[in-house]
Amino acid sequence: MTTVTPAIQVQHLSKHYTIVHDEDRPSTAAESVLRRIKHPLTRPHTERFTALDDVSFDIQPGSAVGILGRNGAGKSTLLKLLTRVAAPSEGRIRLDGRVGSLLEVGTGFHPELTGRENVFLNGTLLGMKKAEIRRRFDEIVDFAGVEKFLDTPVKRYSSGMYVRLAFAVAAHLETEILAIDEVLAVGDAQFQAKCIERMRRAADDGRTVLYVSHQIQTVTALCDSALFLENGRLIQHGSVDDAVALYQTTREKAVMEQVDIDRRPGTGELRIQRVDVGAPMVRTDETKQVEFLVNANPDFSGQYFVSAHVVDAHGATVLHMDSRASNLWLDGTQEQKVVLTFKGPWLHPGEYSVDLFVCASGILDSFEGAARFEVHPVLPFRGTVPDGLAGAVLADFDYETR
Amino acid sequence: MARTIDITPPGRLPLPDLRELWEAREIFWRFGMRDLLLRYKQTALGVIWVVIQPLLSAGVFSIVFGQIADIDSGPVPYFIFSFSGMLAWNLFNGVVTRASGSLVSNQALISKVFFPRILVPLSSVLSVMVDFLVAGALLVVLLLVAGIGPGLAVLTLPVWVLLLILLATGVGLLSAALMVHYRDVQYVVPFALQTLLYASPIAYPLSAAPENLRWLFEVNPLTWLLEGFRWATLGTDQPPTWQMAAAVGVSVVVFLGGTLVFSKMERGMADVI
Repeated sequence: MTTVTPAIQVQHLSKHYTIVHDEDRPSTAAESVLRRIKHPLTRPHTERFTALDDVSFDIQPGSAVGILGRNGAGKSTLLKLLTRVAAPSEGRIRLDGRVGSLLEVGTGFHPELTGRENVFLNGTLLGMKKAEIRRRFDEIVDFAGVEKFLDTPVKRYSSGMYVRLAFAVAAHLETEILAIDEVLAVGDAQFQAKCIERMRRAADDGRTVLYVSHQIQTVTALCDSALFLENGRLIQHGSVDDAVALYQTTREKAVMEQVDIDRRPGTGELRIQRVDVGAPMVRTDETKQVEFLVNANPDFSGQYFVSAHVVDAHGATVLHMDSRASNLWLDGTQEQKVVLTFKGPWLHPGEYSVDLFVCASGILDSFEGAARFEVHPVLPFRGTVPDGLAGAVLADFDYETR
Repeated sequence: MARTIDITPPGRLPLPDLRELWEAREIFWRFGMRDLLLRYKQTALGVIWVVIQPLLSAGVFSIVFGQIADIDSGPVPYFIFSFSGMLAWNLFNGVVTRASGSLVSNQALISKVFFPRILVPLSSVLSVMVDFLVAGALLVVLLLVAGIGPGLAVLTLPVWVLLLILLATGVGLLSAALMVHYRDVQYVVPFALQTLLYASPIAYPLSAAPENLRWLFEVNPLTWLLEGFRWATLGTDQPPTWQMAAAVGVSVVVFLGGTLVFSKMERGMADVI
């Protein structure tokens, strides 16, 4: 038995939102008063939406906890309740110490104010005392690397500088509990690494770090345990690997559910039945594999081909792999199991999705987001480049002197 | 040692947590400072505007009411008379206007960061106070030049200023909290203020109001405060005791009322703003 007080105790926490149906929503005060007078007994037709449903957990001081879950699973709501931005509907939270939050980079930054003024304003808002900010001012500026622009209004900053300064302020909070939402997704690779390092140090110092993200790689890099939420319920609280595994499977399931097979674009003469991606997390120089099944249609005459697009997180098509290029034509009267493998080029670390197409003279099936995989941030180069490498993809290159 | 924070669903009648407010007092100053800094950034004349604005409005009043309508302001020159009224009015008007819109214009903060929300509307008092002090210094100069002295009544001035701030803050807190739910308030407030500007004895003395409508002016709390303010600055007639007592009562009640409504709605703000 340990006698340590948990840094965070959450008991039976629920949060409900009331959704007023559109046709009933009073948009003005007058309308709402009028309605009350006309129908004194009937309330507008509302629906209760439960964003968090009876969640309980304890978090020990000094741990770094990732909060995983799909969009709408309640991650952000949980963080809002823990940081006291919103009030719970039921249950209670007990926090042993102050909570510093970094919910969105640059909240409270005012474009007209200078960098210096914003550091003080933002720091104060996040709960730092003036003396505290003053003491750490140089450190903050140094972390952000904006020394030269301290007296320039932040509206003239580049977006990178802006984000770095905003993060630097929050990263130097001295609160016992630190809550972070998705912010590490911004900034360049080097700055991200610096931020993760900073967060990890905070946890090593005995502070409690809560981290919400969609980026599995950063959760794995930063956290020592994780919560997995689904539809407002806490499904799993334990090791990061378990939570990540759950997150991966539900995400893939969701993609399948989300795209009802009959509602996908294309004539539907043939449909992709099942998609499997070899490994959801791959190193960039590894061979990637996508396996899928196309059903048989006895009435189908002729041959068809398939095509795959690899799309990066920004929605740009990075690779286009057409089976005609490898001389593959398929017979539609037979069920076909197709395996696509590709090795080069080296993709930048990050998340990718695969769109699959079945085509003959026209498009028979268009399955966007058929599979997803993530490229591991560790690159196969011998050295490291602080700013990261530019370019659409990475080259397998080497330098030498002769 | 860190203190334990307990978060529970909002109760029926939440009162503002004074300890928390005290701990967050720096936010109050920062917000006030921010308003001041921002107000005159990228302006050529800068802080001179603080002086120009009340002078101009008193000038306009002097022409419209003093010359055209030929209102008798008694022994005090009309310009100084209306300047003193404008001074008190600008304090009230400024606090109500700035406080009522403050939450909605800081939406991003309200929905992302926790701090006692009441500090946002409260801090608008700071920058308005600065304007008030600058314009007040100008009034002192005008009084010296005109050779007018309020006498001992000037000692009550801080009370009148405080009461004006309390009343305005109460109204401001109430409208700020309501505006989170109903943006209508942002149209109602300027209209109500404009009506009040003409319905209160700012540009004219109470004695200029027609006898049969007198009661309308006398039930207006702002009338009591303005009369008191003029007594303390210009040495006009002392307001009746009932008015002074009522002024204190109404200001305190409105302030407390506004604070209570605000605290009641405070915790739900992030959900609806």
